[in-house]
Amino acid sequence: MDWGFIARYAPYYVLAAQVTLLISLSGIAVSVLVGILCSMVRHARIPVLRQVAAAYVELSRNTPLLVQLFFLYFGLPKLGIVWSPEACAIVGLGFLGGSYMAESFRSGLDSVASSQADAASVLGMTRVQSLRHVILPQALAVAVPGIVANVIFLVKESSVVSGIALADLMYLAKDLIGLYYDTTEALALLVVAYATILLPISLLGTLLERRLDHARR
Amino acid sequence: MPGAEIVLDPSNVLRLLAGLGVTVRIGLVSVALSLPLGIACGMLMTLRNPLIRAVLRAYLEFIRIMPQLVLLYLVFFGTAGAWGWDLSGEAASVVVFSLWGAAELGDLVRGALESIPRTQYDSAYVLGMGRRQAFARVILPQAVTRLLPPAVNLATRMVKTTSLCMLIGVVELIRVGQQIIDYNRFAVPTGALWIYGSIFFLYFIVCWPLSILSRRLERRWAR
Amino acid sequence: MSDATGEAPMLEVRGLTKRFGDEVVLDGLDLAVRKGEVVVVLGPSGCGKSTLLRCIAGLEGVDAGEVRLEGEPISGTRRDSALRQRLGMVFQSYDLFPTRTVLANVTLAPVVVQHRDRLEAEREAEALLRRVGLWDKRDSYPSTLSGGQRQRVAICRALAMHPDVMLLDEVTAALDPEMVHEVLDVVLELAEGGLTMVIVTHEMRFAAAIADRVVMLDGGEVVEESDDPAAFFERPETGRAREFLSMFEYKREKGKGTDHED
Repeated sequence: MDWGFIARYAPYYVLAAQVTLLISLSGIAVSVLVGILCSMVRHARIPVLRQVAAAYVELSRNTPLLVQLFFLYFGLPKLGIVWSPEACAIVGLGFLGGSYMAESFRSGLDSVASSQADAASVLGMTRVQSLRHVILPQALAVAVPGIVANVIFLVKESSVVSGIALADLMYLAKDLIGLYYDTTEALALLVVAYATILLPISLLGTLLERRLDHARR
Repeated sequence: MPGAEIVLDPSNVLRLLAGLGVTVRIGLVSVALSLPLGIACGMLMTLRNPLIRAVLRAYLEFIRIMPQLVLLYLVFFGTAGAWGWDLSGEAASVVVFSLWGAAELGDLVRGALESIPRTQYDSAYVLGMGRRQAFARVILPQAVTRLLPPAVNLATRMVKTTSLCMLIGVVELIRVGQQIIDYNRFAVPTGALWIYGSIFFLYFIVCWPLSILSRRLERRWAR
Repeated sequence: MSDATGEAPMLEVRGLTKRFGDEVVLDGLDLAVRKGEVVVVLGPSGCGKSTLLRCIAGLEGVDAGEVRLEGEPISGTRRDSALRQRLGMVFQSYDLFPTRTVLANVTLAPVVVQHRDRLEAEREAEALLRRVGLWDKRDSYPSTLSGGQRQRVAICRALAMHPDVMLLDEVTAALDPEMVHEVLDVVLELAEGGLTMVIVTHEMRFAAAIADRVVMLDGGEVVEESDDPAAFFERPETGRAREFLSMFEYKREKGKGTDHED
């Protein structure tokens, strides 16, 4: 192991990790918004929009992110829609993650027994009160493991944005391999960087899951 | 809209389909290799031996936490850098997807086996069945119904992930698409829109039926 | 159907009809409950007793007839909150809020719906929980409680809203036998305190002990109604009531059934 190489290039990995994190977190935020919208539309059974949401979920879940990104980044400019690779990456991750988040939220909502709404109703709660104090807390407790899994999945998927020339961790590693042939060191740093980002999220997920266990009866 | 001819040209269609063939081949071979490996992994995980459990656990967690692209780099560039191996991109892809599939499928097998309630073993026992009989006639059929929907789902994810192979130089569907776009750069400037749009739908056409199958199975066996 | 004083009954059901598709679950049912009265509704499964309670509570719409609370018609599911607060209900499946502690289950609606002071609501919850012997469980989550404990909390949750009428829908049906008593003792105490209740149950001895009036349903209609529960259980008047009550008795016909010939 060439420790000199590692010492020299570790700071570059920190910078690249910031790119990975920034793109991932922005993409996750978009995913959550899209997911909430979709699951609400489907849960409330709003006609037409509901079918649109269902079609979106199928398209998003059954196509690879790399192809989605290439279409957004190389394809859409031909229609006059030109964007930065960053915007593309965030929209792409949001397009992919939105359907995953929507499914998690929906399974959370579906898991709440209808008798809970009855119990809230006979206590005099309005629909909004029942949603806020009774239904959503339970739905969220059930959805949390899925949401955490989605977060991890999306951070991992963000590695693909190197394909549209964003200088994230993958891009840096490939660059270093191509330039210096210090393959082992470059890859070791890459693995450490991803583990540093993802292990805490994974642990946090396990903790949260344990804390919310009582809510799942 | 101009440019549609690029995806209507029979020779381009044939080339894209050949690219899809490579993609599907990588996917199928990986799934085929994952099956025995995953089942073996899963049965090993149910053993009480702490060492085997710990090793498999670490293996599973590593595969789970690393992006598939990192795994591809590790096998494709890593083996070349460390040991001077010269794996082809396709071989590296098959290795990575099989290892990934084995880990995930292993966990599914373990989960399915452990989800069968203890009372099922007890019922088989009091009916006078032997251990083998109980496993083959009572436990396995139930485990399979629990296993199959997520396993089909895993296969879908593996097919989708084959798109990453192009990033380590495999000439598959997307790479073929790029070549067609480049070749027609001046004749069909809007080629990227059409080609990537087509590739998007080609993936969809392969993956969607698998998703539907997984959901059907799940619904049929949901209890 | 007014009583001797000319006052409207606390709760009144008139000509109540409820269908699920083609199936008539309640068929023009009449029932009146006076203030402070405990009415026990009996009947075989599928006779519509739970549906009756759900219609009264506003959880199900009705196809014909009406429900009145102190003379005021309240049929239908789109009731305002104030009206729903006047009818408390306890379910067979407890339906406590699993993300909240025992104490929070009892205080949630008083604080959120009635906008009562949290401390005051907690003081009342303490009194209620002490009464059912669960004050020491105030910080536990429902999933850690036994069925009997959960059901006692559910009763407190309903009582905290000070309902005019309590509806108890087979509150012991999901419980192990040894827990039935701890719940029904609480209900007996409520009856002693003069709470108006409509109770659906399969516990015949409990029904006999607590009822001011027994109503037997079958096929969506009242087949027998009695102000004298002891007499009803001893000598039911109708054949259908006799048949129903005989289901709770067992007799082994010794000497018979030893041969398996047809």
